Amino acid sequence: MKIEGKRNIWKEYQKEIASDRFFYVRSCVRQNFFPGSEKTFLRIMKDELHKDVFENAAHTTCSGIGYHSDVVPFETAMTMVARQFAIMTESGYENFTTSCITSFGLYSEILETWHHFPEVEERVRQHLLKATGRTFNKPANLSHASDVIFKFRQEIAANGKYRLINKATGKPLQVVEHIGCHYSKMFPAKGVGGAEYPYVLVGMIEDWGGEVIDYPERRHCCGFGFRQYLVQANRGYSLACSKKKFDSMAPYKPDFILTNCPGCPMFLDRWQYALSEMEGITYGENGLGIPVLTYEELAGMILGYDPWDLGLQVHQVPIEPLLDKIGIPYNSQRKFLTMDGKMMGQPKAPSHLKFYQHE
Amino acid sequence: MNKKVVVIGGGIAGMTAAGALAELGLDVILLEKEAITGGHVKNWDRLFPNRRPGEEVINFIGKKMGAGVEVQYGRQVVSINHEDHIFSIQTGDSEMQNANGKMQNANGKMQNANGKMQNANGKVQNANGKMQNANGEMQNDGLETLTANSIVLATGYDLFDARKKEEYGYGIYDNVITSAELEAKFKEGKMITTHDGKTPKRVGIIHCVGSRDEKVGNLYCSKVCCVTGVKQAIEIREMLPECEVYSFYMDLRMYDRNFEELYYEAQQKWGVNFIRGRLSECAEKPDHSLVLKTEDTLTGRPLKMTVDLMVLLVGFMPRPETRKIATMLGLTPGPDGFLLSADEHFQDNSTSIAGVFLAGAVKGPACIVNTIADARAAALQVKAYLEAR
Repeated sequence: MKIEGKRNIWKEYQKEIASDRFFYVRSCVRQNFFPGSEKTFLRIMKDELHKDVFENAAHTTCSGIGYHSDVVPFETAMTMVARQFAIMTESGYENFTTSCITSFGLYSEILETWHHFPEVEERVRQHLLKATGRTFNKPANLSHASDVIFKFRQEIAANGKYRLINKATGKPLQVVEHIGCHYSKMFPAKGVGGAEYPYVLVGMIEDWGGEVIDYPERRHCCGFGFRQYLVQANRGYSLACSKKKFDSMAPYKPDFILTNCPGCPMFLDRWQYALSEMEGITYGENGLGIPVLTYEELAGMILGYDPWDLGLQVHQVPIEPLLDKIGIPYNSQRKFLTMDGKMMGQPKAPSHLKFYQHE
Repeated sequence: MNKKVVVIGGGIAGMTAAGALAELGLDVILLEKEAITGGHVKNWDRLFPNRRPGEEVINFIGKKMGAGVEVQYGRQVVSINHEDHIFSIQTGDSEMQNANGKMQNANGKMQNANGKMQNANGKVQNANGKMQNANGEMQNDGLETLTANSIVLATGYDLFDARKKEEYGYGIYDNVITSAELEAKFKEGKMITTHDGKTPKRVGIIHCVGSRDEKVGNLYCSKVCCVTGVKQAIEIREMLPECEVYSFYMDLRMYDRNFEELYYEAQQKWGVNFIRGRLSECAEKPDHSLVLKTEDTLTGRPLKMTVDLMVLLVGFMPRPETRKIATMLGLTPGPDGFLLSADEHFQDNSTSIAGVFLAGAVKGPACIVNTIADARAAALQVKAYLEAR
């Protein structure tokens, strides 16, 4: 492996990322999957970095999940996206930041379509005007929230309490990074580092002290791939995709997996449980799984936020081994308490995938 | 005849054209940016389909050039003006990088044992970096103006930069090499090994790297890669009889005499495996072997295979310096970036500028046989043009 070769590619895929005044739009599904992530993004941006991040309650789905599942036509998706841009314009912002990778991909696809076919943009403007009376400006800057965290990764490292170092050995943690397909596989130039050797998560891992694992199935789909999962008959393929990745990465003994998509952490985390129940396979050390994190969760861990405030207790694969490796303290008794201190109940222990027992 | 022709480019096209023009009684100057002539062919060990050493071709053409051609080495075109059918060509020293990554020109503008800068032409550079001759007289940084009645552009091609096919991992994975690098190993008489010196048990050869590929902006076929791949597959099998060789192709364009026979020989005598499928991606395993993902389109199934070494058959690319010269002359390249002739059927060596002619791969991918024939034709066109004036 010649790291210089990768660095040369990364140089070619630099993108402009706004530095302040973000119009932030949430994902349809992330608050259910990993409920602390978006909240943590806002906390980091506002409390740590003192940035202006604005949300508008009128924001709705971008319809990307329907578009990529072949149930929402492109014309409809474009008009819905035009409405989001109108809300941004009305709010007085021009830097559009999405939480969802599929939204980011759809926004990129629509802006690219309008760039090449201005008559389509004009038609969509007319549709929006007739339907809602709204007009809009296109964003001056479009970024995914992981781009923004990437941009400020060194500030986060500087403010951080922890680094991705194994406390016991003093060695960097070994990390698998996995970007969402809709981040840069459609438009490599829209993603930091391009599509083949994306840098957006690598940059965070490196600057926060870890090392990245380059394993053979690095590019393979996580197993979400909308139609693989949403069409029930295809779910075996979804599992097979995830299994292929786990089998490929396991020999490298990763300490955790870092993701930037709503679906990837969901499937890479939950399917480890499914595979353990189906085949008795576990991929982590001593019958444990490989922890899976969102980039906001990881940034929050680096900054020393309470793991349970980050929502790490809702992960299927226990996160405590990773916290112990880094030396991040946590209160096991609080793991399943609600925000107001009530016991939310504990999940039933899986047959094979071990619950972590803090020693 | 006392007419002067400047041939730009000292590959086999330029050398052949220059030699033929000299034979026709013209004064010929050949400009070569490197220290020696021979272009890409000088780096090639053996040629398809008959495995003749590349050196033989270079030597033959070189002898034909003889003393009738003034070869100026290490020279590049700085500017060209033309008026009343006379071309003024300003040339300067070309800069190149040597194997150590240091800049030097083809004349060897480097420091001598006495610490003085000099080049192979005896020009001495002073400590301030200014050129001066042996008598201490200052010179104008190597600039020189040539006049000519006609110009032959024979600047050839570049090899495709395989790093642009990012998914193949060239420049990143240790055991991904190009066909040119494999050929260099053959030429040096080295054993084919992996990066860490092991004998490969399985080698993959990837066709059409940078050719017929819309993603990299090249729709054209580079013509010579298919048969080069077949030749190199045989040579690997000759050198390493235990090594399996797999060639991944879209279709095999065995268009010329004895090409198809070589393809049959590769399969029947040497057991080379040909798989119809374009490589999707390559990844490295912990032992630095490579996982290839492709589709076997004849069986209609995806295919994943591990190889120890992967050879990328890199295609032709138009040269940036050719574009610069074309701009100086007012010539427009075609959509593929190669130069356009006045008429592809009837004036294939002429251009839209009277007195400017094209020879060889400056017009697009061509094999050696066709390049030589084309360069000879160009020389005859030049002769006819000058006689008519």
